[in-house]
Amino acid sequence: MKDPVLSIKNLKIALPEGADRDFAVDDVTYDLFPGEILCIVGESGSGKSMSANAAMGLLPDLVRPVGGEIIFDGTDVLKLSEAEMMDLRGKKIAMIFQEPMSALNPLMRVEDQIAEVFEAHGLLTPKERAARAIELLTEVGIPDPQKAARAYPFQLSGGQRQRVMIAMALALEPRILIADEPTTALDVTTQAQILELIRNLQEKHGMAVMFITHDFGVVAEIADRVAVMQYGKIVEAGTADEVLDNPQHEYTQKLIAAIPKLAAEETEAPVGKTPILEVEGLNKTYVTGGGLFFSKPRVVHAVNDVNLTLCEGETLGIVGESGSGKSSVGRCLVRLMQPDSGTVKLAGHDMAQLSGDALREARKSIQMIFQDPYASLNPRSKVGRIIAEGPMAHGVSKQEAYARAVKLLELVDLDALAIDRYPHEFSGGQRQRIGIARALALEPRVIIADEAVSALDVSIQAQVLDLLADLKERLNLALIFITHDLRVAAQICDRIAVMQKGKVVEMGPAHAIFNNPQSDYTRTLIEAIPGREKELAAAG
Amino acid sequence: MLRFILMRLGKAAIILIAILTLNFFLIHAAPGDPAAVMAGEAGAADAKFIAQLREQFGLDKPLLTQLGIYLKGVLQFDLGYSYRQQMPVADLILDRLPATLLLTMTAFVISLVLGTAAGVLASARVGKWSDTAISTLALLFYATPLYWAALMAVLLFSVYFNWLPGFGYETVGANYTGFRRALDIGQHLILPATTLGLFFMAVYMRMTRASMLEVSQLDFVKTARAKGLKSGIIQRRHIFRNAMLPVVTLAGLQAGQLVGGAVLTETVFAWPGIGRLMFEALAQRDYNLLLGVFFVSAAMVLVFNLITDILYRFVDPRIRVA
Amino acid sequence: MADFWKRFSRNRGAVIGLAILAIVVLVAILAPLLFPQSPWRMVQRPFLPPFAMDQYPLGTDALGRNVISGLAYGAQVSLLVGLVSTVAALLIGIPIGALAGYFGGWADDALMRFTEFFQTVPSFALAIVLVAIFEPSIQSIIAAIAIVSWPPVARLVRGEVLSLRSREYVEAAILSGQTSLTIILRQVLPNTISPIIVLASLMVATAILLESSLSFLGLGDPNLMSWGYMIGAARTVIRQAWWLSFFPGVAILLTVLALNLIGEGLNDALNPRLARRGK
Repeated sequence: MKDPVLSIKNLKIALPEGADRDFAVDDVTYDLFPGEILCIVGESGSGKSMSANAAMGLLPDLVRPVGGEIIFDGTDVLKLSEAEMMDLRGKKIAMIFQEPMSALNPLMRVEDQIAEVFEAHGLLTPKERAARAIELLTEVGIPDPQKAARAYPFQLSGGQRQRVMIAMALALEPRILIADEPTTALDVTTQAQILELIRNLQEKHGMAVMFITHDFGVVAEIADRVAVMQYGKIVEAGTADEVLDNPQHEYTQKLIAAIPKLAAEETEAPVGKTPILEVEGLNKTYVTGGGLFFSKPRVVHAVNDVNLTLCEGETLGIVGESGSGKSSVGRCLVRLMQPDSGTVKLAGHDMAQLSGDALREARKSIQMIFQDPYASLNPRSKVGRIIAEGPMAHGVSKQEAYARAVKLLELVDLDALAIDRYPHEFSGGQRQRIGIARALALEPRVIIADEAVSALDVSIQAQVLDLLADLKERLNLALIFITHDLRVAAQICDRIAVMQKGKVVEMGPAHAIFNNPQSDYTRTLIEAIPGREKELAAAG
Repeated sequence: MLRFILMRLGKAAIILIAILTLNFFLIHAAPGDPAAVMAGEAGAADAKFIAQLREQFGLDKPLLTQLGIYLKGVLQFDLGYSYRQQMPVADLILDRLPATLLLTMTAFVISLVLGTAAGVLASARVGKWSDTAISTLALLFYATPLYWAALMAVLLFSVYFNWLPGFGYETVGANYTGFRRALDIGQHLILPATTLGLFFMAVYMRMTRASMLEVSQLDFVKTARAKGLKSGIIQRRHIFRNAMLPVVTLAGLQAGQLVGGAVLTETVFAWPGIGRLMFEALAQRDYNLLLGVFFVSAAMVLVFNLITDILYRFVDPRIRVA
Repeated sequence: MADFWKRFSRNRGAVIGLAILAIVVLVAILAPLLFPQSPWRMVQRPFLPPFAMDQYPLGTDALGRNVISGLAYGAQVSLLVGLVSTVAALLIGIPIGALAGYFGGWADDALMRFTEFFQTVPSFALAIVLVAIFEPSIQSIIAAIAIVSWPPVARLVRGEVLSLRSREYVEAAILSGQTSLTIILRQVLPNTISPIIVLASLMVATAILLESSLSFLGLGDPNLMSWGYMIGAARTVIRQAWWLSFFPGVAILLTVLALNLIGEGLNDALNPRLARRGK
């Protein structure tokens, strides 16, 4: 075997006082070999990106390495002076980050930001730098590199910005590329393209890539070797096949089991069941800009002639990438947004036409679960109040409403004592359970879950999904599940509507959508799901 | 760009008309009959003169017609007549305007340059003694009444040390010309401009420091470090430029305060600008002159705002290109 | 609450500020007891320097009036004007901001143009004009200060309400059938309170500075002794009697400084998340 290009030995990184544990990284040892892609996997707070940041000398202010070494080129990086580190950064080890939106300076042109890499290391003349910038942009596959070079970051899409980041990282042919969750903020189709690009460039340049991610799908897609981290320690390491197919450690097993499986089961068609929600010809357009003077308004057709039916006891998935209009549909259904036209028939009433008290009354039967477990609960109200508020607004006595709140908390597997506590005392998963309890308080018949598990770690996500499936069964609810994550949709939905640019491009039973997609877009979307090929191969 | 300036000018014109309307109603809200007041100002309060004034200024016409006449007058640079000073208000103001422009512009530049420089320095040494010293000083400047700082400066630098003149615009009776005169005015300018700028210096310093620290936490700064750039370049090119955006916005908003503060500074230093003119108008209850100065200082603020808006567009491509 | 005090007292400056303010408040309340004589009364020869007579530790002014007595009564005026005008400004600013932020659209546009206008006009100059035209009195001074200082409140409240209105818990409240009024009062406004309190403490400081500046120019209430008036009256005799303008200035400086320090402490205590930055 070749010598490792980077070797981390017994690394210990201390967290500032008052953190939930003493060490962000606790006695971690691993090697990175030339020409391989090593994935460091872990959930949030596992310390997965800390060792990579330490190798770059880019740890946050109060976090510092206190033991072990990071050997690169025969020397311990931790002992290098700041000047020596500067020489290393960008030239021998390069890095790309999670948020392509904020990782580029908003006030500088793309070409200047790329040229800076050469400037930092005193290479080339300004003219040559500009020329190289165009070459690099061409290499990372940006359409119209000449124009992109002159652009400011805000004029590029998220995927294009991540390509610019990669171009900068490649500029000096580094020996190591560290990629810290580089595709997490991107849509699934863009993610697939970026993963392919990284793979290709890695092969072409023979770099070693350290790829940090929380997503086992991405691991399956790109990794040669894998190291799994939990609470600052590596619990398991090995080749991608070993770890994914035959995980040894309990935690790894749990994580992999928690990943929603792609294979959607064939469910009986909801024929004969009574429809509870019927949506016809729903339209919503936004007009942005267009002030009093001159400027021309921009019109976006967020929801374009959407028709849906939801039957009792059914789960309908609405799936799409960002900007597809899937959330707008959900908001139009509960009238958080006023549709331009169309009917939303809920148990005989047209939601789209109601107003005032009639609307308040009708909304009792259709409730919503929100995405952000931190923004969806009023920080200044106790949990009991949060849940009881709805029934009280509809005339239930305070005593009865609180009694019901206790029952609901038990229903979502939370302690009844939670009633007297504030939201900030709970974890993300627990908060999402409180949100579910609140939605159930009015005994609705339809629940709309808008990206309800997207902000959660995969193990928590699995628990919440199970809870939702269970509640749906027990309370005979109908569920509309809005998500960008096709794996989640495959697991929980009976039928799926795929949306693109405000239109439903395809709708049908979940297994049909996954096994026999009819539209090109659905096909692209499904093929872009990370880890899909591996899963198919495993399923035989 | 041209369209932007035209748009902003249009907006400024609307605001100016609104201020004039306000002015007009304030004159009418002033206690007593405006004609009687004017006559009183002129020092001849007999009934015949009042009636004559009433007709001359259309005071017997409906209020809206009067407003029309007033606005039309302003369009022809007619801001009314000061009976106390026996001169048209516009002439009085025009005569004093250059001194005020010199004072406020100098104070603006001093406070912006020194304030941001101190803010950058403090942010680079956050937590160290130099940061504490700068921040404490800023806190003190922020709480110091402008006119009191001016008086104390006179006491210290002019009366006690006798280093700088603490009175007037230039040495009276010296009849300097050319460069010698400029130098003389410059010497007279130092104390008023510095004391006027003190409060704003503190404002810009605090803002710059906070903004620098905030921007230095942003992702693109980490990107810049990952490139291997020197920290000096990162500070200048990445952090400073982004940190200046809110400071420029604030500077525009503060311009109004600066023009208002000039009233106090000019009063203390006997600086012959429109601020001092306003003080004189106050002392003599010369409402026409008072409102005229108010209008012109509002117009000055609009010019300041326009300049910072244009500056902002040059700094931030998101607004320029979009 | 205990938590609040812990965070507040961690800011040393804020505690010092609170101590200074407590002294000023105490002096203002006790002024009639400490100095039963009117501060306008001549008590000694004019221009008595400070520390010359124990009875008049800060000396006398051009008319032989006791400077320290003037300071004590001036504290009353400063605090009163600062407090009342801030409350008045909040009463104008909060409803305007809340309406603009919650209802948006046409109402927002109109209200914000109105606010912008008052923000563009040089505020001190406007205050001068208002007080001059409506004759200097404590009422006209308070009204003028309130009129020039409400726009930042309106902008702050509007911004907060605007961002809270689209917060998911407010949407959940809408879905749960709560009325607009309940939502504004229970879900939205409680969450805007802390920035308003912080801003208000800074506004009291600014109001005190404004009042003293107006009095300095001779636009104070002629019946009330105030710090700004004392400095204004001493301006022309500064070469003979430095103490006449020095001590009232120090009083203003300390009071305003104390309020600013308290404002920062409140900010630390009420917005713990933001306060951690840059520390």
